[in-house]
Amino acid sequence: MADQALRKAPLVGRHGGSAGARVTPAGPATRLSLRAGTDAIGTLSLAFGLELPQRPKTSASVSGRHALWLGPDEWLLIDENGADLMAIAAGVSALHSATDVSHRNTAILVSGPDAAGAIASSCPLDLGKTIFPVGAAARTVLGKIEIVLLRTGEEEYRVECWRSFSPYAFGILAEGAEDAAL
Amino acid sequence: MLLIYCPYCEEERSELEFRHGGDAHIARPTNMADITDEEFQDFFFLRDNPKGLIFERWRHIHGCGRFFNAARDTVSDKFVMSYKAGEPKPDLSGATPATEKPLTEKVGETHEATEGTAK
Amino acid sequence: MSGANRIAGQGRLTPAKTARFTFDGKTYQALEGDTVASALLANGVHLVGRSFKYHRPRGILSAGPEEPNALIDVSRDVARRQPNVRAPVQEVFDGMKVESQNRWPSLSFDIGGVNNLLSPFFAAGFYYKTFMWPKAAWEKVYEPFIRKAAGLGVAPTEEDPDHYANRYDHCDVLVAGAGVAGLAAALAAAEAGARVILVDEQPEVGGALHYDMSVTIDGQSGYEWAQATAAKLKAMENVTVLTRTTAFGYYNHNFVGLVERVTDHLAKPDKKLPRERLWQVRAKRVILATGSIERHMVFANNDRPGIMLASAARTYLNHFGVAVGRKVGVYTASDSAYEAAFDLKRAGVTIAAIVDNREKPGDAVLTEARRLGIEVLTGHSVVDTKGKLRVSSISVARNGGGSARAIPVDALLMSAGWTPSVHLFSQSRGKVAYDAASGRFLPGTYAQDCLSVGSCNGTDGLQATIEESLAAGELMARATGNEGGAKVELRGENAFEWTGGMAGAGEGAGVDTTVKAFVDFQNDVCAKDIRLAVREGMHSIEHIKRFTTNGMATDQGKLSNIHGLAIASEVLNREIPKIGLTTFRAPYTPVTFGALISHSRGELFDPARKTPMHAWEEAHGAVFEDVGNWKRAWYYPRSGETMHDAVNRECRTVRNAAGLFDASTLGKIEVVGPDAAEFLNLMYTNAWDTLKPGRCRYGIMLREDGFVYDDGVVGRLAEDRFHVTTTTGGAPRVMNHMEDYLQTEFPHLKVWLTSTTEQWAVIAVQGPKAREILAPLVEGIDMANEAFPHMSVREGKICGVPTRLFRMSFTGEAGFEVNVPADYGQAVWEAIWARAEPLGACAYGTETMHVLRAEKGYIIVGQDTDGTVTPHDASLSWAVSKKKTDFVGIRGLKRPDLVKEGRKQLVGLLTKDPNVVLEEGAQIVADPNQPKPMTMLGHVTSSYWSENCGRSIAMALVAGGQARLGQTLYVPMPDRTIAVEVSDMVFVDKEGGRLNG
Ligand SMILES: [Zn+2]
Repeated sequence: MADQALRKAPLVGRHGGSAGARVTPAGPATRLSLRAGTDAIGTLSLAFGLELPQRPKTSASVSGRHALWLGPDEWLLIDENGADLMAIAAGVSALHSATDVSHRNTAILVSGPDAAGAIASSCPLDLGKTIFPVGAAARTVLGKIEIVLLRTGEEEYRVECWRSFSPYAFGILAEGAEDAAL
Repeated sequence: MLLIYCPYCEEERSELEFRHGGDAHIARPTNMADITDEEFQDFFFLRDNPKGLIFERWRHIHGCGRFFNAARDTVSDKFVMSYKAGEPKPDLSGATPATEKPLTEKVGETHEATEGTAK
Repeated sequence: MSGANRIAGQGRLTPAKTARFTFDGKTYQALEGDTVASALLANGVHLVGRSFKYHRPRGILSAGPEEPNALIDVSRDVARRQPNVRAPVQEVFDGMKVESQNRWPSLSFDIGGVNNLLSPFFAAGFYYKTFMWPKAAWEKVYEPFIRKAAGLGVAPTEEDPDHYANRYDHCDVLVAGAGVAGLAAALAAAEAGARVILVDEQPEVGGALHYDMSVTIDGQSGYEWAQATAAKLKAMENVTVLTRTTAFGYYNHNFVGLVERVTDHLAKPDKKLPRERLWQVRAKRVILATGSIERHMVFANNDRPGIMLASAARTYLNHFGVAVGRKVGVYTASDSAYEAAFDLKRAGVTIAAIVDNREKPGDAVLTEARRLGIEVLTGHSVVDTKGKLRVSSISVARNGGGSARAIPVDALLMSAGWTPSVHLFSQSRGKVAYDAASGRFLPGTYAQDCLSVGSCNGTDGLQATIEESLAAGELMARATGNEGGAKVELRGENAFEWTGGMAGAGEGAGVDTTVKAFVDFQNDVCAKDIRLAVREGMHSIEHIKRFTTNGMATDQGKLSNIHGLAIASEVLNREIPKIGLTTFRAPYTPVTFGALISHSRGELFDPARKTPMHAWEEAHGAVFEDVGNWKRAWYYPRSGETMHDAVNRECRTVRNAAGLFDASTLGKIEVVGPDAAEFLNLMYTNAWDTLKPGRCRYGIMLREDGFVYDDGVVGRLAEDRFHVTTTTGGAPRVMNHMEDYLQTEFPHLKVWLTSTTEQWAVIAVQGPKAREILAPLVEGIDMANEAFPHMSVREGKICGVPTRLFRMSFTGEAGFEVNVPADYGQAVWEAIWARAEPLGACAYGTETMHVLRAEKGYIIVGQDTDGTVTPHDASLSWAVSKKKTDFVGIRGLKRPDLVKEGRKQLVGLLTKDPNVVLEEGAQIVADPNQPKPMTMLGHVTSSYWSENCGRSIAMALVAGGQARLGQTLYVPMPDRTIAVEVSDMVFVDKEGGRLNG
């Protein structure tokens, strides 16, 4: 029996950003790509302990667990405390699909007064206060890659992307942060 | 760069989030294996490419991920409407694309257009 | 002192704030805020460039971006050097180096000036006619000549050291132009609560208020009002004011491109600052307040240095404090030029005369000219000029003939009236309309949600402009749902309303004259060239434009279009609107590549995708190859090994011991739901309902037309869960293809797809020792051959972390593919390596993978297939279900062309000389001695040296290939013809026993 394999995050050791917008790799989290029809939403919400959002561009968050509306039958669940989301899903008999994407994605946190400007350097989404308020979430693009953007606070955003794209995402956000702070 | 209304996200989003999907309302035959060569040709190969109003598919691939249909004027690029996949083709025979709509009273008074006459 | 022509007490620059720059090596002093043009004029320099075709001496014509003549080369250092900069736009910074262009050996003595003498040979259309024959002369004579003569300026040779930024933005109302109209519109919109972006290309807002000293608004001077209004707007949270920012392109759906020049005016810019910032703005509404551009007069030798637009002279005087001459003449068809004469006269400059080609100028300006004692010659024209490097005199004659009188001048101001700037409106696909009364093209039919206000809309008069702009600002704010704010009111007054204006050639440059009366300065197009074009049969303005190049220079005819049109109209004897205006294209002014590229350079040019094991591979000497955006380990050379050596060693080692291969880039899709098998039945040619959980199958995906689209191994993890793999390059399109069918053709199926490509790191362990290597690391999976046979999948643990362990092979050896959550990839790889290395295994790269699979005849979709290959062509008929009644491609496979004899089919090729390795892509023929063009039977798709076979092997698509086994065919190459024998595609272990070992 070999030693337990150690986990190595894709952005380990990276740091960047500016006085106006800090750019930092998020810690590991468990993630689920959850798919279900409308009739299963109640049961699944109960199981995961949060109300799965049903409106476009919205999310629900309860103590480090987030459910982001990505499409009419699609949510991205993120648990920053590492809960076994697959196990929770396995306990739900209502028709759904749960796929573990904990390692597929990684996240970058952008925070500070110029956070929105940093993201707007490469993201065509309107990040205006009323149109993308705290709690808003959307799958969109950042430069040449796809991301999922979650506004976690007035000046705080979580950028989720696939792991191999994360150095690119980090680089472009760091450059955007530099420019937004000027 | 187009601004496209996604009927699932219920808002206009940048074209960067979308992928074009060809003509809309071409249903795959349910008896696929049995159709004639001519029927297959019409289904798979032949498209009209009209000037003016067309019905086309889009996928909000970097958004909600859904396929949907849109009616667009190929001359002005104006979208007349977009609607969810599976919904029937709307009757737009009465609709003119918004191209020629004057924006204000003042503009309505002005003269005929004069583009270059090169042929 | 910052120039002898700076007049104390004039202008807005601060005399104490100086900056030094060089022009053609000579040092000059400027004031902070000067443009290169104003600084040169202050120092008495009028000659700044040579023209494009005739190399004629040229000066400064304008004070804005319409400048066609004063194009300069500006550099900060050797890498930061930009040609074709407009001198009236470029601000001076301390230490800048400016050079004139298009001259050799010097500006004042230019050998190319001989073109001027040879000008009869350079008539309009000369490119098309002169260089047609003889054909051979093109390469040796004409092209080098044109290359040398054409193009202005010299591109920098070094890489651009600056960086550029990009910003997406959104607003309710975007206002382009911050003159009176734009400021008023922005103010009204902002006060109503709209999100407003106001842009202006100049360093400061104000537009015409820079020069028009007679304007007062709400009791303030126009210029002061403009600055105060800008300050007020900047302080509002809902407003962004961008100066030095050009709205250069108006695209679909109110998408407007802006470029902000951030550092070009700074002596020592902070390194963090981008040189330029591209703004990609999506505006709900757009207000165009782009003003208008003064036209020059078209008359003989109207291009000498010192001849300039009247409004430009006012700008140089009133804003920069510079007199453009000491004895200045005016030639005009419009009242506006009179005000230039008044301003100069009041500043102490002698006005030689105002030559007005109209019999009846406006009463007000005429009275004021008389009051100031300025001689006005109405009904007269300037018919010629003199002066080698600067205008020295003008010839004035009464219209309709008579003797000319020479008047000495050192500058001549001219105005033929004003052309509304409808460029952005036209770019928005709006249709302009000709207003015959005023002789202007104005916005006609709108195509987008925008409005034009002020002089770009043909609105004359200050108060009318203000009221129209305020109304538009409020209207647009309301239209975008803003309900706040009190109504804005402004009161403006100015001294004179302007009348007049003309288009086309003036006296002495009319039909039947051959003088050089320039219409387009930048492209050296004269009035006679346009007439020649018409005589040569060009009757549409689009043809005339291309024949003469009128309006085709980088200034896009901002000055010349209307004149050109009028001259064509006269000779064609057709009204101007019947001839039409050419369409304006983006960009309004040139945009740097740097701004358009912005962040997409260097490491951010394209994402470089690396697998979880990349660092280990790099540390172990891997050479990488690009596969799409992925960096894949290609081969692992040891010290002294060539690529060939390394690949041969890797190939041997895998078959004799084992190898580790990073297969993480393979596309993976999780297919989940009760109808998963039914869905895969439709997407692949194979039958999936018969596949038992725990087993795998090789699947082929077709397009509807029956051609192979992708392939991969699919494992069934549970009744309702499949782990699908795709080719590396095919992953995104296969996912889209499957989603398309699922959402739009088979929406009744209860199944969902999730891309899991990056969830799993994949370590292929292949070779006779694979099981021995892995078994001790694995928990919860029976690794025995019978318990875990070829083409099966198990879930358990490896190195203490979860794994999906596949027993499968792309090498023909017994093998496994270890899937672990990606963050564990490197640690698990290292643990496997620690066991593998002592057992004689190696790490191998994609090249060895390619050779090993070719030795087994396994195809690579996209290499051995090209979108015209059916499963049957690829000898994969066994993978096409005969029982299914539907799958994507089922009907396509029955198309007559796909079932007929003689199709190209994949076969093996063995060269007669085993040491010869064929070239991939090489063509194959049956008879190498047939006459050309030969009948080609197909081409080589894959070809390698196979160390394990001790010879070369190849795969090829050959017409009727499967019926040609054993035949000799030929591969003609430039230096020899290679004989090959057609074989089957399995070169190693034809029975396949090793797979089950
Ligand atoms: Zn959507």
